[in-house]
Amino acid sequence: MAKLKQQSLQKRDAELANAKRQVEILSNGIFANGELPTFAKKIKEINKLPLRPKKLEILQINVGYMCNQVCEHCHVDAGPDRKEIMTWETMELALEVIKNTGAHTLDLTGGAPEMNPHFRRFVEEASKAGIKDFIVRSNLTIIRANKKYHDLPEFFKKHNVHVVSSMPHWTKGKTDKQRGEGVFDMSITALQQLNAIGYGMPDSGLRLDLVYNPNGAYLPGDQASMEKEFKHALMEDFGIQFHNLFAITNLPIARFLDYLIASENYEDYMYQLVEAYNPAAVENVMCTNTISISWDGYLFDCDFNQMLKLPVASKVKHLKDYNEDLLNDRNIVISQHCYGCTAGAGSSCQGTVTE
Amino acid sequence: MASNNYYDPADLRKFGEITEWSEELGTKFFDYYGKVFEEGALTAREKALIALAVAHTEQCPYCIDAYTKDTLQRGVTKEQMMEAIHVGAAIKSGATLVHGTMMMNKVNKLEM
Repeated sequence: MAKLKQQSLQKRDAELANAKRQVEILSNGIFANGELPTFAKKIKEINKLPLRPKKLEILQINVGYMCNQVCEHCHVDAGPDRKEIMTWETMELALEVIKNTGAHTLDLTGGAPEMNPHFRRFVEEASKAGIKDFIVRSNLTIIRANKKYHDLPEFFKKHNVHVVSSMPHWTKGKTDKQRGEGVFDMSITALQQLNAIGYGMPDSGLRLDLVYNPNGAYLPGDQASMEKEFKHALMEDFGIQFHNLFAITNLPIARFLDYLIASENYEDYMYQLVEAYNPAAVENVMCTNTISISWDGYLFDCDFNQMLKLPVASKVKHLKDYNEDLLNDRNIVISQHCYGCTAGAGSSCQGTVTE
Repeated sequence: MASNNYYDPADLRKFGEITEWSEELGTKFFDYYGKVFEEGALTAREKALIALAVAHTEQCPYCIDAYTKDTLQRGVTKEQMMEAIHVGAAIKSGATLVHGTMMMNKVNKLEM
């Protein structure tokens, strides 16, 4: 059983549980006094202000902030104490959108999406819509957390779900430090279970990808090199296989922002992000091809804006009014956290965004 | 000097500015530096670990700062980082001690 590290910011009634306060912090200090350029100023230099969407490719639905883990870096501030869960009524609205969307990818996230009581029914219905790539972001430990979740790998297989799982490192020490004691061992067992039914095997159509994010106030290394290291170590030590590794930058919001400030790393981290700013990454940043839907049916440019409570700048703000053409004619809402998606090779829920 | 300290962590960010006072040499240096750390016969990860060890033997605070971060970014564990520093330390102390043979030679020559 994994041992939880802490409670969510919300449960602790912490200052940064307030999204407005987070946006203030990101707008003030080194960005207000001109020490560092704002993201808007930076993308104006390459004529990308206002940032506009391209063709919609990905619908990302956050089905709730409840999670069995309380990871130190979590941008959702998820945990067992979070009660925001998508209702079946909202899921029905989402299903209508899924049936009619032009997007080729459906991406379910959370929290632990599997903890939503309607999760299986929703996956069953959504998988009928003929979406090309159906992703569930599973934290792996949920599969081992309770008997009722043990058959999730078979359930995923039945619906041809593409499993994307967090795995911060190939060593126990680094993984447990970020995600809680016991997480590494449970994740390894879950990965072996997924491999056993065909997930992640070289020629298998059952896609299993891993997500790596740094264990502190530094940026991810080269995605291809990290993938090589992960593959070698997981195969050597545990006989585990997977398809791709997505290297994701930690964005300075919610618990990661809280950590940066408490550890006095905030300014240095923002400097790192700004120094690593890559104009080429702006072209493919994920908000240009994604719509993020919150547990209560509201629409956002990305999961990060959702957590900062920065809704889409469009007349269409909720699933009940969903209109893809109208939505695509909007300016994307930006702040300084956006530097996290344009640093180095860029970062998105699908990993880097440049070649 | 803006600071009362010889070393200021913020100066590391100014490293690139050395080019401003000698553009040709600075540019050539940074081109060379960048090339050295590219993947080659050695991986970039192996090079970063060598750099971390040398940063310690050179006792360069800027380099220690930079290559600690760099090796972390490459997924290097703290055990691997410490072992690399021990390699540097072993060569440093070995280099001191191996000069003991000079002392021994000299003593043997001078003493009856």
